Amino acid sequence: MAFDYEKYLRMERMPHMWCPGCGIGIVVKAMLRAIEKMGWSQDDVAVVSGIGCTSRTPGYLDFNTLHTTHGRALAFATGLKLARPDKHVIVISGDGDAAAIGGNHFLHACRRNIDITLIVVNNYIYGMTGGQASPTTPFGMRASTAPYGAVDPAMDICQVAIAAGATYVARGTVAQGLLLERYILNGLKHKGFSVIEAMSDCPVQYGRRNRMSSAVEMIQWIRDHGVPVTRAKELPPEELEGKFVTGELHVAERPEYTEEYRRLIEKAQKAAEGAHG
Amino acid sequence: MAKEVRLWEGNHLVAEAAILAGCRFFAGYPITPSSEIAEYMAVRLPQVGGTFIQMEDEIASMGAIIGASLAGVKSMTATSGPGFSLKQENLGYACMAEIPVVVVDVMRGGPSTGLPTHPSQMDVMQARWGTHGDHWIIALAPAFIHEIFWATVRAFNLSEKLRIPVILLLDEILAHMHEGFRLPDSSEIEIVDRAKPTVPPDRYFPYDESQGDVPPLAAFFSGYRFNITGLNHDKSGFPTTNPEIIQRDMERQRRKIERHLDEILWWDEHELEGAELAVIAYGSIGRSAHAAVDRARALGIRAGLFRPITLWPFPEKRVAALAEQVRTILVPEMNMGQLVLEVERVAAGRCDVVPLGKVGGIPIDPPEILEAIKARV
Amino acid sequence: MAETRVQEGKAAGAVEQPSPGKSLPRIEVIADFCKGCEICVVMCPRNVLEMRADPSRWVGSVVAVVRPEACTRCMLCEVHCPDFAIKVF
Repeated sequence: MAFDYEKYLRMERMPHMWCPGCGIGIVVKAMLRAIEKMGWSQDDVAVVSGIGCTSRTPGYLDFNTLHTTHGRALAFATGLKLARPDKHVIVISGDGDAAAIGGNHFLHACRRNIDITLIVVNNYIYGMTGGQASPTTPFGMRASTAPYGAVDPAMDICQVAIAAGATYVARGTVAQGLLLERYILNGLKHKGFSVIEAMSDCPVQYGRRNRMSSAVEMIQWIRDHGVPVTRAKELPPEELEGKFVTGELHVAERPEYTEEYRRLIEKAQKAAEGAHG
Repeated sequence: MAKEVRLWEGNHLVAEAAILAGCRFFAGYPITPSSEIAEYMAVRLPQVGGTFIQMEDEIASMGAIIGASLAGVKSMTATSGPGFSLKQENLGYACMAEIPVVVVDVMRGGPSTGLPTHPSQMDVMQARWGTHGDHWIIALAPAFIHEIFWATVRAFNLSEKLRIPVILLLDEILAHMHEGFRLPDSSEIEIVDRAKPTVPPDRYFPYDESQGDVPPLAAFFSGYRFNITGLNHDKSGFPTTNPEIIQRDMERQRRKIERHLDEILWWDEHELEGAELAVIAYGSIGRSAHAAVDRARALGIRAGLFRPITLWPFPEKRVAALAEQVRTILVPEMNMGQLVLEVERVAAGRCDVVPLGKVGGIPIDPPEILEAIKARV
Repeated sequence: MAETRVQEGKAAGAVEQPSPGKSLPRIEVIADFCKGCEICVVMCPRNVLEMRADPSRWVGSVVAVVRPEACTRCMLCEVHCPDFAIKVF
């Protein structure tokens, strides 16, 4: 049965601004289905973003929505979550937003293991500003600022998240929307900082410069370049060259930040009482 | 807590005053000479059920306090010169989105890393124009321990009342100075909380001009679901590029300041009656100027002191009247001439305006100011 | 580490055959939202959808339901439509 996306959309703002075939809409849909499965009241959910194509998401969604500055969504979200640890904070970010200008905030949100879910839509490019190379543009691929092919090696956002201490890390694709929904759902359920990277297409800014000018070509490219994690384990490294690993890459248990802070408050208050008593 | 006169360090008193004013969230990053504010908050905030967080950088601290404020929690951060530069990005966001926050800047020498452990008053213009684009902001520069207390409370109250970031400008001298002060009881402190919407959620707009120049700000998660953006926005908080809407919105933001000048402007006057020379000084140099004026009066020189505590908005009317009254206005400040530019603008040639700028991390002492006074009368 | 073995499509139910005993699926296209990207057409395992040229639209084409009887309600078109333009009931 059709999913009732309208329940979560600000319909007066639709249709959205994303280009034909842009994968962001697929990710947003997966996120909305996952939120529905959580059974959360819309009043209890905040969706926070930075700057870029993906960061326009909150404007279309009927939650508490916050469109912040470039790269800083996790910083705002951390304040929001600490002020109301009982509520649900989701950050949606692009690859440039999360991994370049927001890289520091990304590392430290992972380190704190704060109960926020970060969805990174990775379309390999700065779309909104005109197709400049991003930290995830694959080596040799073209961008408006990499006219001869990117010389910077690409960053693996999930590996960085794991190394920095995120406790749920998964990678899905817009070619597999139902799996993506499952990863987002598991991220929302997870107590701690969860990162879901969604490999996505930007036919207009990325595909067009790299011989994939249609959304269909790009989605097929994404499908062909993803390797499920169990299979990846059996493959020699050279066969994984130029591919990305999909699936739930890391699930761990570690104290969650707002719960730790609640304990700290109890400790501080007990100590203060002792000092006065 | 026993309320008796005790010695307070400036930085510690800012933190304690903030807590009494209702601050329950602080995000910061270590930087000299403001770090004691964060350290004090780290101890005290959890005791009162609040939250302290040391963020990964100054930018994140500024972002975090805006996030917490949006959830309805009074929030503050503290920094010094280089950190203040980094905060400008999200300070502009707080201006654009009209989110109440208090930012303490303990001024040290600059630019760049400058003089980390020495005082300056070099951030006066940055406090006004540090972030890009047209915006309105309030900056307070207290000079005494008791004034630090009341300025901090006032910073929160103005911020909450007007939905505007308020900057508390200290300098290294004030931050690390100890003076006696009796902490007031909470009953002695007037606390202002931001207006909450009275309309039902379906009729709520976070920038609704029909609700007044300062439209109520609902807290996130309070049943009012709305959008906040750093883009120019319409009354509902959604992005717009409509020139008429943007013009009206910016004019409303300016009116927030213009129509509340009586509450925002705060200054101290000393011996100005009959004065033919006025010293305009603020912060720790205001103290030196006070002593210099007393010595000048003892010598029979008709000097007086105008000591603004509110630097931004600048007390234009009062300074213009002074410019009519006196022959000379002397402006000593620990920079190469910042507030003096504003005095010159307002005096508009009606009297001589003399800068007395000093840098290098040493305060301007009373004899130096007295000499400058004597040279002009 | 819970790697999932579920293949896309199968996760949603029967791709191969229309469910017996149920009414025929109804596929609704919100033409105003469709940007003609064609993703739904390639996602559909049973060729239910097709692009139709429409010069009146800035995108030049719009999706059309051409074989509704073949639809199995696998939802892949709906799930992968980035424009919230297709609904399967």
